[in-house]
Amino acid sequence: MGIEITGVSKRFGDFVALDDVSLSIPSGQLTALLGPSGGGKSTLLRIVAGLESSDEGQVVIEGRDTTGVPAQKRNVGFVFQHYAAFKHMTVAKNVAFGLEIRKRPKAEVKAKVDELLELVHLTQFAHRLPSQLSGGQRQRMALARALAIEPSVLLLDEPFGALDAKVRKELRDWLRRLHDEVHVTTVFVTHDQEEALEVADSLVVINDGRIEQVGTPDDLYDKPASDFVLSFLGPVTTLGDRLIRPHDIEISRYEQAAVVDGPITRWTRVGFEVRLEVTPTDPRHPDPVQVVLTRSDATALGLHPGDHVWLRPQPGADAVVHA
Amino acid sequence: MASRTRAPRTAGAYVRRTLVAVYLFMLVVWPAALVVRHTFDGGLENLTTALSDPVVTAALRLTVVVAVWAVVINTVFGVGISMLLVRHEFRGRRVLSALVDLPLSVSPVVVGLALLLAYGGTNGVFGPTLEGLGLQIAFATPGIVMATAFVALPLVIREVVPVLEEVGTEQEQAARSLGAGGWQTFRRITLPSIKWALVYGVVLSLARSLGEFGAVKIISGNLIGQTQTATLVVEQKYQDFEQGSAYATSFLLALIAVAALVVVTVLRPKEDPDGD
Repeated sequence: MGIEITGVSKRFGDFVALDDVSLSIPSGQLTALLGPSGGGKSTLLRIVAGLESSDEGQVVIEGRDTTGVPAQKRNVGFVFQHYAAFKHMTVAKNVAFGLEIRKRPKAEVKAKVDELLELVHLTQFAHRLPSQLSGGQRQRMALARALAIEPSVLLLDEPFGALDAKVRKELRDWLRRLHDEVHVTTVFVTHDQEEALEVADSLVVINDGRIEQVGTPDDLYDKPASDFVLSFLGPVTTLGDRLIRPHDIEISRYEQAAVVDGPITRWTRVGFEVRLEVTPTDPRHPDPVQVVLTRSDATALGLHPGDHVWLRPQPGADAVVHA
Repeated sequence: MASRTRAPRTAGAYVRRTLVAVYLFMLVVWPAALVVRHTFDGGLENLTTALSDPVVTAALRLTVVVAVWAVVINTVFGVGISMLLVRHEFRGRRVLSALVDLPLSVSPVVVGLALLLAYGGTNGVFGPTLEGLGLQIAFATPGIVMATAFVALPLVIREVVPVLEEVGTEQEQAARSLGAGGWQTFRRITLPSIKWALVYGVVLSLARSLGEFGAVKIISGNLIGQTQTATLVVEQKYQDFEQGSAYATSFLLALIAVAALVVVTVLRPKEDPDGD
């Protein structure tokens, strides 16, 4: 159940947006479609919603084949990056829209709208126009509007992309809590790996119109299936002929069995972190290696800029693949 | 909309302002004021004479009927063509967009002549067939409506198209995903967002339709008391040395158009500075 996507392809002229994508999204989960801009993740979401048609392939939502079913008959809630608020309607009218289209009795509409406005903390703004709300409030209104129709799935297209960093973080936590309350199958698109890792139950990494990997945040972070996934989910550096996360490198001032060695050529302190660059003496690997460690570790190891150090992967660092 | 800043009071600003004021006064305000002055030269006499002349009243009535029909037709097709131009990709879209501007660039006299060639009763292309069916177009009201609708065609479209482009399709897509069908989406989402552009286009169309002269003169045949519109009466009365009636009719024509513009300007809400 949930959403079953089978062999979906989409082209825009010569550009291949999606290339034979198959994916199964389980019911009741919060799934993130993660990838760089232009990778096809939004297109996939819009195909599920029926806002875009696929050239090939099939989408089954909660057991119902939606191929050829127009958007208005799919019962899918959709939230847009730029809110798509109905500007000429009040907040309450925006939320009531889907119910009024369905010709529900007035009392029922009012009760449902009140309940949803409560849920998104906009009760006191019910009679304002969208232009009188902040970006975060507008997006919460859009979410209430999408939830009003009791959708079988909720789709969010870069829902926090247009908001500033602080509001983005608040809404992210809030979405997670909301999902724990309503339990509707939710898919959201983002290019922000931190957002995806923090909020989602499972991640789908999409690049160049293909799925790179599907898994839980832990799986993807610790056991990336490809260099792309590894580098997209967090910072990486090259140690010898391997890619590794900078905080998974063991550093020592004393000669030890090491992959590379060389002087510390750059030293940047950012808050509690120290970011180092070590330039290997080995001419086969001339590129500087990034190492991250805490300030207290650096003090304990007695490191100073210019010191000659030996580097090797920390034991238990799984995130190592051949470069 | 970008907010306007108050211009600093420099000598240059005064010169520019004076130039604009003089230009508008010489070209628009003063000549129009002269018409008003001449209308009321002998008190209300010119107006009462004109309004008791059956030729003038018949012409005014015909003008109003024609203008209303032309505006209704242009509103319906104007919105339809605007939606087609903005919301759909199709072969020949640019050609259609250019064609819409044609009535602005072609002389109305040419329009009248062209319609006469197509719908003329004796030797037009469609005229004899339609007349056989009992429908007279040239030298009758339908022909006058067609000519008027033709010249006023671009006004609604040129007002509506930029607004449609600006509001984009996201609100419509949201309405679709919430279950609204095509007509519901249009009526509840699209129409309210283009409302003021449409009203403005309608008022401009009305003003243009009331004032059309060249195309109407040819297609109507200018039959006194039957197919003579108000603008044609103005010309005829002026040439027949009944200037008083000519001024009064001109005044009434201008009055309706100005009143419509004023009403819209008053009703139109202030632009929302944070409309998104």
